[in-house]
Amino acid sequence: MEVPYTVENRPDTGLYNAKVGIWLFLASEVMLFGALFSSYILLRVGALEGHWPTELLNVPIGTVNTMVLILSSVTVVMAWASLKLNDFKKFKMYQLATVICACMFVLIKSYEYRDKLTHHDVVLADGMRVDGHLVEETDEYIILSHPVSYPAVKGIGYRPTAIKEAEHGDDHHHAEDRKIMLADIVKRTTWGPWANTYFAIYFTLTGLHALHVIAGALVIAYYWGPGSKMWKTNPEQFTNRIEVSGLFWHFVDLVWIFLFPILYLL
Amino acid sequence: MSLKAFHLIFVTATTLFSLFFGLWSLNQYRNIDPSALNLTFVFLAFVMLIALPIYGYYFLKKLKDVSFL
Repeated sequence: MEVPYTVENRPDTGLYNAKVGIWLFLASEVMLFGALFSSYILLRVGALEGHWPTELLNVPIGTVNTMVLILSSVTVVMAWASLKLNDFKKFKMYQLATVICACMFVLIKSYEYRDKLTHHDVVLADGMRVDGHLVEETDEYIILSHPVSYPAVKGIGYRPTAIKEAEHGDDHHHAEDRKIMLADIVKRTTWGPWANTYFAIYFTLTGLHALHVIAGALVIAYYWGPGSKMWKTNPEQFTNRIEVSGLFWHFVDLVWIFLFPILYLL
Repeated sequence: MSLKAFHLIFVTATTLFSLFFGLWSLNQYRNIDPSALNLTFVFLAFVMLIALPIYGYYFLKKLKDVSFL
């Protein structure tokens, strides 16, 4: 049995079926991400004044990732345009470039996650809070690199303005590695999703987005590799499939264009 | 809506994002952290702000025979 309207447009919708399908799916995705964006905004405006951690994310890394995704949007649309212009060689090249960009994004994101998950935050018995990256751990002590110390009057990740300004100073001065005895530690955690509301929503939003990037990359990689055989048997349907995967990829990129400023800059 | 139309929306959104990022970086550079990194961000953002509409026009020209639907 032949599946209808995979190439020609349906008279009632004016579109081929896969395009209607992907737009319905993207509508549900808008609702999913929209709910999470709304949650983020409500949590942020609902936080006590000065209790929402800011400037904890790495803007240069986030910027590089944004550039990578913008570039991937160009390559994904160029792959589709190449098929429209009957240039299969160029299609292969652009499609591969998109997969490489997707892999780069995921790798950079993984590095960022690792950086946060190894960032320790301890509250000491003397009422001070120290955060930094774990260098060494024994049964008696831990050593943190680039430690930042300040009174533990507020929640995890909240650094007083004076500390932030010192970090932005000319020499980016940080103290030497700091050895902390376990006996002096009252509370200890890492900057994971369990740390506080901010990191919970950060990991939820970016984790869900990264899953979409991985899913999209798998589909695009399939059409670059084994799926591209269809070009020989049914080029029009293949071109439509590439368009549909490109629409999904653009949605994923558009989500990041909103995520990046909201999480990293504001 | 075809990929062509969605791509143009994406280019528009990215151009607006570049404007925002450029102004944010400029504010960081002038008022908070006058580092070379922030100046690089300002430069990068404004290059994108100019390059993206030009690219959009080129893209539109290249695919002038493809439907927006």
